[in-house]
Amino acid sequence: MITVKNIHKHFDDRYVLKNVSANFERGKCNLIIGESGSGKTVLLKTIVGLLIADRGHVFYDDQDYQSMNRREMNKLRKEMGMLFQGAALFDSMTIEENVMFPLNMFSKLSKKEMQDRSNFCLERVGLKNVNTMLPSELSGGMQKRAAIARAISLSPKYLFCDEPNSGLDPKTGILIDNLIKDLTEEFQITTIVNTHDMNSVLEIGEKVIYMFNGEKSWEGTNKEVLHTDNKDLNDFVFATNLAQQIKTK
Amino acid sequence: MIKAIRNIGKYLILLKKTFARPEKTLVYYRQTLREIENHGIGSILIVVIVSIFVGAAITIQTNYNIENPLLPSYLVGVAVRDSLLLEFSSTMIGLVLAGKIGSSIASEIGMMRVTEQIDALEVMGINAPGYLILPKIIATVFFTPMLCVISVGMGLIGGYLVCLIGDVIPVHEYKLGIQYSFYPHYLSYAMIKTAFYGFIISTLSAYHGFHVQGGAVEVGKASTRAVVLSCILILLADLVLTNIIL
Repeated sequence: MITVKNIHKHFDDRYVLKNVSANFERGKCNLIIGESGSGKTVLLKTIVGLLIADRGHVFYDDQDYQSMNRREMNKLRKEMGMLFQGAALFDSMTIEENVMFPLNMFSKLSKKEMQDRSNFCLERVGLKNVNTMLPSELSGGMQKRAAIARAISLSPKYLFCDEPNSGLDPKTGILIDNLIKDLTEEFQITTIVNTHDMNSVLEIGEKVIYMFNGEKSWEGTNKEVLHTDNKDLNDFVFATNLAQQIKTK
Repeated sequence: MIKAIRNIGKYLILLKKTFARPEKTLVYYRQTLREIENHGIGSILIVVIVSIFVGAAITIQTNYNIENPLLPSYLVGVAVRDSLLLEFSSTMIGLVLAGKIGSSIASEIGMMRVTEQIDALEVMGINAPGYLILPKIIATVFFTPMLCVISVGMGLIGGYLVCLIGDVIPVHEYKLGIQYSFYPHYLSYAMIKTAFYGFIISTLSAYHGFHVQGGAVEVGKASTRAVVLSCILILLADLVLTNIIL
């Protein structure tokens, strides 16, 4: 489980996170949703340690991440996998080399064992015969799946996904969402997904946190998100004309 | 002024992180070999072309300037050799490499920054400056002196060819000149200088690439800044090192 307590973060004179506290449960897809600029990416980057909070704490299974030294932090990071918005595959490496990269750096497996693990991860995300291809030769959806394969190669305890559906068609987006959900349940990972895609919220949002102007404005599940009194959340959820018509009916 | 001090501080912090203990030496070793191939072996062609033409041009110009019945013509060979050793094959090639290697390093690391590949490395628990920059520093510091030696050789060949084809001075006079009163210290001086230039080029370019914020336009600007600053510092280092070593 990951817990954030009273997180504050500002850039120059602008506060982007104000006193954010939340629990992200193990074996569940925890979604952080909100409009662009609401602070969800900053929150995710603070949780993974790419940004340092001005105040507050991040706990990984009761270990305070902020107070860890560099060595402890790096040890914990080996238990994290992250899917970035643009996949962030290393473009000078083939797909197989990308997936094998964390194994190469941190495991003592032989080359054959690493290749087997890489093939297993690629097959698990539904990719076949792409081992020798470069990331630029794959479609956006395939790149995301390859990035997930890289993220799970070291069997992480924590999985972070920043806008996993951005730039993808709805069908491929749902495919990625379901893949993230399946992996979370199968390996009992603590998964945090950053998104503003309502399809994702309704499909996999077992726990949903709504961010508004840098603050946590609402917390609930995908079943509750459509029936809430929170005006800001309603404006976000029913932003389109179609959604408003459905709500009215 | 404060901005300059802040940048120097950030540069030193980046260097400290770069020279931290590698996570896995074998991976760093392979990465270094790849960088030698990219930035070292990949620069040989441009060095050869530039050096041959400049060597030929220096030969013609020197002959033109010292054409005097009282001066033996083999002095043209001496002047060409020493010009190449003392300044051209170190400093001028340093400037050429600042353009080629510097822009390549800054744009490569800059693109990795804007496409979140560096963030991906850090989330994995990998020391991104060490993994990305250290192999580049080792490759350039150790390979640029070799490029300097190649440049000297090619420059001398350029001079030889112009004597052979253009009939500037007799070939045997040129050959005598390039062997006459040779100080090996000149060669070590040139190689030491280029090793310093290699360090300047790789670290400054990596620094500018590593701290890019924004998109492709910013990567281009960082690349230009890296080349310009590298060129200025190479010229400054030339002055300082010449005073110290010669």
